[in-house]
Amino acid sequence: MKKKFIQHLALAASALMISGSALAQVKIAFIDPLSGHFANIGENALKGFTEAADILVNQKGGIMGQKLEIVGFDNKGSPKESQIQLKAAIDQGFRFVTQGAGSGAAHALVDAINKWNARNPDKTVLYFNWAAVDPTLTNEQCSFWHFRFDANSAMKMEAITNYMVTDKKIKKVFILGQDYAHGHQVAKAATEMLAAKRKDVKIVGNDLHPIGRVKDFAPYVAKIKASGADTVITGNWGNDLSLLIKAAKDSGLKARFFTFYGGAIGSPAAIGAAGENSVYQISDWHMNIQPNKAEQYALDFNKKPGGEMSVARVNTAVTMIAQAMNKAKSTDPKTVALALEDMRFDADNGEVWMRKSDHQLMQPLFLSVFSKKGSKGVKYEAEGTGYGWKTVASISQRDSQLPTSCIMERP
Amino acid sequence: MEFVVISLLNGITYGLLLFMLSSGLTLIFSMMGVLNFAHAGFYMLGAYFAYQISSWVGFWPGLLVAPLLVGVVGAMIERYGLRLAHKFGHVAELLFTFGLAFLVEEVVRLIWGNSSVDYPIPAELDGTLFTLFSTDFPIYKGFMMLISVGMLVALYGLLTRTRIGLIIQAALTKPDMVEALGHNVPRIFMLVFGGGTALAGLAGVIGGNAFITEPSMAAAVGSIVFVVVVVGGLGSLGGAFVASLLIGCIQTFSVALSISVTDVFALVGIALPQGSQISRLTITQLAPVLPYILMVGILIFRPRGLMGARES
Repeated sequence: MKKKFIQHLALAASALMISGSALAQVKIAFIDPLSGHFANIGENALKGFTEAADILVNQKGGIMGQKLEIVGFDNKGSPKESQIQLKAAIDQGFRFVTQGAGSGAAHALVDAINKWNARNPDKTVLYFNWAAVDPTLTNEQCSFWHFRFDANSAMKMEAITNYMVTDKKIKKVFILGQDYAHGHQVAKAATEMLAAKRKDVKIVGNDLHPIGRVKDFAPYVAKIKASGADTVITGNWGNDLSLLIKAAKDSGLKARFFTFYGGAIGSPAAIGAAGENSVYQISDWHMNIQPNKAEQYALDFNKKPGGEMSVARVNTAVTMIAQAMNKAKSTDPKTVALALEDMRFDADNGEVWMRKSDHQLMQPLFLSVFSKKGSKGVKYEAEGTGYGWKTVASISQRDSQLPTSCIMERP
Repeated sequence: MEFVVISLLNGITYGLLLFMLSSGLTLIFSMMGVLNFAHAGFYMLGAYFAYQISSWVGFWPGLLVAPLLVGVVGAMIERYGLRLAHKFGHVAELLFTFGLAFLVEEVVRLIWGNSSVDYPIPAELDGTLFTLFSTDFPIYKGFMMLISVGMLVALYGLLTRTRIGLIIQAALTKPDMVEALGHNVPRIFMLVFGGGTALAGLAGVIGGNAFITEPSMAAAVGSIVFVVVVVGGLGSLGGAFVASLLIGCIQTFSVALSISVTDVFALVGIALPQGSQISRLTITQLAPVLPYILMVGILIFRPRGLMGARES
């Protein structure tokens, strides 16, 4: 009996090995939170990557005939755990990794990958960043092995403040953010840019709160109210954003909110009617942009479980990576990196360009406001709320560019 | 002035919700000597049950049924889990509730998913109760206060004015004697555990839509509830009440203060080095840590808590 079992096992194992070699695969390790506080963000993005690899790459011939596969690694949102998962992925033969939720984890990965690649030039690893927006990652801390497909927070703040120049109703601004790298960078960019562009605007408050810990934002809202602010700028995401806007609505705060992540999974549902014409987001895509090349793709995407599509950059990243590999006829990380540099690509949100000097993707951005479905420019609602995003300002790829201080060490 | 009054109201509302959560915990502890680590899990279950029921038949039936359901689940867990673990002593009980906390979270994730669910405030309670100066006070906050105060009165009445309350109090100190008088003490324990978890469930029903119903909501309040119970004194209902309001107000007001840590130390005559990480911190940033600082202080200077009866 036992012997027979072992025979079966051996047979199954050899069958697996044969099928494995027949369908050689290009694999990307997706290192992001798949459990804990930000699991919904990670799972939604993993769905985005898997769908994009399947529909946009594998069904269109794959990579030199091979399939692209995305494998999830749970970093629990922590920088330390990200490095452990990176090691695990490298041990399993992964040469490409992607990560996005949290700039702390991004810094840890860049650091670990730089060291690994210096010591193992024959087994280099390449890192695609889909959402960690700390500007230093493509400035002081830039790396040849890191490519960012999201506009960094300084670029996004530039777009928000450019809009504020045109809106003279904004007089007093309150800045509220999460107490970590991203929140600090948003506050810094907002104060500097507002001081340069709108000297008449007064910054009446600049506060940080612990990330993911505040249940009731009513005290913060009371403080915003006492400051007399008419506008709030926040880099908050996930529940930290939803709860803030909920509390603002409850106390009747008549301020407008300029957010980075109002469209991310879970937030539109929590914002609901309270955010009508008062919650703005700066993003690379939303369901009502014109022209919307990803419309049908998004509709199909939203029908499957795991949350709605809220960004274009995941599709952009997956397709550009596959194109770079096909163009270079190689899956060697260094060759792929060189092929990605200076690449131009017609993405869902318009033409994008991977700048060679700092590996920051340049792409169109959209400032949009939460508005009633069916009103002008709002064809689709978000998360069944009856409200969707309406573009109030489009920022061209060229206008979104900011200079970089990156001095890249090239291998 | 507006700011002070509004912050005070916010603090009391938050404090009352904390009390609803911690009253069940302190009740269970004083009765059974079990520190229920899974208590916040029942709070979460209350919210999810209420979400599910309200999506079928509306909020009001959910307000009544969800806590009862949670109480039944709690009682079953006591009867078929905790009572068995009890034989192996306090450590086994502690570990049991500790594991239960994780179990509840995972089950919730399996059934309702990782993301937040849409559990809205009912339309009747969605609005402004009164406008003070220029700030609206939502009806729902008033409703939360009403429920918690009502619960406090009912609980106090039940424990001090009814026969079952007398038996519960007697079983607290002299279980053997109560048993000898013909009362079923294990069943009383089961009822108390069920009742305590039902209170947490009730807090979940009204806290779930006031904040957000998601799988990490238990972990988010789990630790603060212990702070309340320790500061108030383990097993003291009155202490839990005072501590809840105290912590609610501390958290609310500390958010508002724009002074830095340097200023605070300057008050007591200690000058912090300029430009260091610590000196740049503001009290606002520290707000969520303050209850824990308070707990450490209480444990050092008054280990039995504000109104605790015994040194433990």
